[in-house]
Amino acid sequence: MLGRLSLSAIPLDVPILVGTFIGVLIVGVAVLGLITYYGKWGYLWKEWFTSVDHKRLAVMYIVLALVALARGFADAIMMRTQLALAYAGNPGYLPPHHYDQIFSAHGTIMIFFLAMAFMTGLFNFIVPLQIGARDVAYPFLNNLSFWMTAVAFMLVNISLFIGEFSQCGWLAYPPLSEMQFSPGVGVDYYIWAIQISGVGTLLTGVNFFVTIVKMRAPGMTWLKMPVFTWTAFCSSILIMATFPVLTVAVALLGLDRYFGMHFFTNDGGGNQMLYLNLIWAWGHPEVYILVLPAFGVFSEVVPAFSGKPLFGYKTMVYATCSIMVLSFLVWVHHFFTMGAGPDVNAFFGIATMIISIPTGVKLFNWLFTMYKGRIQYHACMYWAVGFMVVFTIGGMTGVMMAIPGSDFVLHNSLFLIAHFHNVIIGGVYFGYVCGMNFWAPKVLGFKMNEAWGIRAFWFWLVGFFFAFMPLYVLGFEGMTRRMNHYDNPAWHPWMLIAEVGAVLILFGVVCQLMQIYVSIRDCNKPENRDVTGDPWNGRTLEWSTSSPPPVYNFAIVPHVSSLDAYTHDKENGIDTRQAGGKYEAIHMPKNTASGIACGAFALIFGFAAVWYIWWLAAIGLVGVIGTVIARSANKDIDYYIPAEEVARIENEHTRKLMAQAAE
Amino acid sequence: MAQNTTVPTAGHDEHHHENTVVFGFWVYLMTDCIIFGSLFATFAVLRNQFNGGPTPHELFEFGGLGLETALLLLSSITYGFGMIAAHKSEISKVILWLAVTFLLGLGFVGLEVREFAHMIAEGAGPDRSAFLSAFFTLVSTHGLHVTCGLIWIVTLIVQLMGTTEIPERMMNKLTCLSLFWHFLDIVWICVFTYVYLASMI
Repeated sequence: MLGRLSLSAIPLDVPILVGTFIGVLIVGVAVLGLITYYGKWGYLWKEWFTSVDHKRLAVMYIVLALVALARGFADAIMMRTQLALAYAGNPGYLPPHHYDQIFSAHGTIMIFFLAMAFMTGLFNFIVPLQIGARDVAYPFLNNLSFWMTAVAFMLVNISLFIGEFSQCGWLAYPPLSEMQFSPGVGVDYYIWAIQISGVGTLLTGVNFFVTIVKMRAPGMTWLKMPVFTWTAFCSSILIMATFPVLTVAVALLGLDRYFGMHFFTNDGGGNQMLYLNLIWAWGHPEVYILVLPAFGVFSEVVPAFSGKPLFGYKTMVYATCSIMVLSFLVWVHHFFTMGAGPDVNAFFGIATMIISIPTGVKLFNWLFTMYKGRIQYHACMYWAVGFMVVFTIGGMTGVMMAIPGSDFVLHNSLFLIAHFHNVIIGGVYFGYVCGMNFWAPKVLGFKMNEAWGIRAFWFWLVGFFFAFMPLYVLGFEGMTRRMNHYDNPAWHPWMLIAEVGAVLILFGVVCQLMQIYVSIRDCNKPENRDVTGDPWNGRTLEWSTSSPPPVYNFAIVPHVSSLDAYTHDKENGIDTRQAGGKYEAIHMPKNTASGIACGAFALIFGFAAVWYIWWLAAIGLVGVIGTVIARSANKDIDYYIPAEEVARIENEHTRKLMAQAAE
Repeated sequence: MAQNTTVPTAGHDEHHHENTVVFGFWVYLMTDCIIFGSLFATFAVLRNQFNGGPTPHELFEFGGLGLETALLLLSSITYGFGMIAAHKSEISKVILWLAVTFLLGLGFVGLEVREFAHMIAEGAGPDRSAFLSAFFTLVSTHGLHVTCGLIWIVTLIVQLMGTTEIPERMMNKLTCLSLFWHFLDIVWICVFTYVYLASMI
């Protein structure tokens, strides 16, 4: 009846987990109680959970990402603390069984649920506004994508308290992840979380690709498209091209585990290197999926705070596209030691080094944008300049590892760990936080607190160097990744320094939470409110509408005649909004509960499949298919906002603009 | 449809919206194509890993295979007739051709299931060797797609019943299913040549 599930699956013997569970329970009950107390369930359901508005979904994605950050960072600091203690006979406080789950969950959560969710949040918010569209191409699928991502993250967190998570690292390499060596439910949780969130990500990729191809405002030709949109476009192509490969790789692993097949097993003719090739054919492009939008953020932020157009727009576009193409040609550098031979390794080594050329072009473009600019050191610029420093170091250690000979020495060592945190924190995370600070007034209607933002930046930056520079040294000294304890006295001081770094980063995270709290607390102060919709003298279309934008984004679809369309209009005295023009009724999609229903059924399916509760899995699967069919039969999917209502909203904004100008 | 007639003047941007459906579905199919590409690559890597078990020469029979192929290719033609009828808004004919397509597709899936059951009964199941794992996974992924197509055909037949016209949204659905169905034909031709024929030579 309940498959493998029994009371013994609940880890009551692990005090850390019991404590965490009690904590989560208290916070959960408090949050749910407050929502009930203030009677907000109806509001949340109607305005958020069932919303197909890309702006609402963006906020939900970013909230999801911040929750994932809290979980993923808790894992990180637990690992650092374990390694600061577990030295010379001291076993530390995390037994290997638990420690291995933590590093696997840390990687999985940080990539799939912090970085991907944050990125999708930024896409959702910015892309339709930047191209002058009223929504994405498929608003319902957008909502569905969010819920698929959200329930997959829930599945990962359920594994904390019911059963266990994977102990095989964030990519679950076989044969360790096969039934023979991992008979528990951990890898199955991993498999279903990846597959369910993969559906969401793939649909997001298709959605934004079509949105950008088909829904740009009239006049916005390819080379008049803002750079962030370009990077979102290239990321979407990479998602469409590579996430199916991830789906296949993880599905084949699942078939090995569930049906005793022999794709990657030691016996039966299986081939583990096939898994590595498949997973990295996704995995390497994945890091560019994440980092290209961060590059896009900097390409918007640096010009805005330097008071100049972006230096070398076209080279930026070409560099983005060449990185997109080259990212397919480098995957073997993740396993040079496979034994593919010197020719193959040389090819992939050189291809990897070549990627540093377009990346370098970008870096110089940002520097030349700042050169002789009127730079304002807003919090966003701190993140941007910090990125340039940190990312350059990370990029150079990447080129070091691209040399097959040196990779034979360094692979699987802490040098590698330092390298990819160097680029992912310094590139992806700094970029997304920079973007959050930059676009927050557009999303929320008020600016984020700058002082706390700058404090967060300094803690993150300094903390980063303390936490990860020692790992480079440890890599050279031969310390491998994923160690639970060690005996080498030479490593211990470096591990202590890394722990200090982790604590500094903790302060950084706390400052970010404070920043969010203080910003919301002070949101009604006049100096924080964004009345004009254009707080930074922005260059692209999203700044031409009000903050937060009306549900339809643009009452009259703007016409684009040059790059940096909004700047062009401002300089030429053109009103991009065409205020007071002839307003027409606007056709909009209706909210729908189909997305959240699909998500709920997918969660039931995933959980049941993990525990071999087949009847429940069948209910979940039939539920998903049934919901999709019901949705397809639903004819009540859209509505019109009457022209008078549009006129009322627009005139109200115009009145506010006039009042602001009069002051 | 009722809600569209209430505001007749403001239809121009939803046209724009509807056209993206078929394009987007085509793009989605290309990602599906990559799923099949990865499975073909997997098959290529594992095709000789028999693990002392049966080889293609002992397993594959061309009789049933030829019939399967004929059914599927024929179903593409009948779907085409259905689309011609749809463009002429002849709903009863559309339903008829969809039903014929459904039966042909069902025949294909039935034959495939029979072939699989036969192989498994002989001890040549997917857990016997890496070759058979790859074979079963690739071929049944295609079969699963055809099954989804069958569910889709039934759904559209039900939605078409009792209607008197084919609105744009329904036409988009028929066109998407058409793309899907022909795509599965193309994949099957690759399966036929690369998995069956190439293993027999």
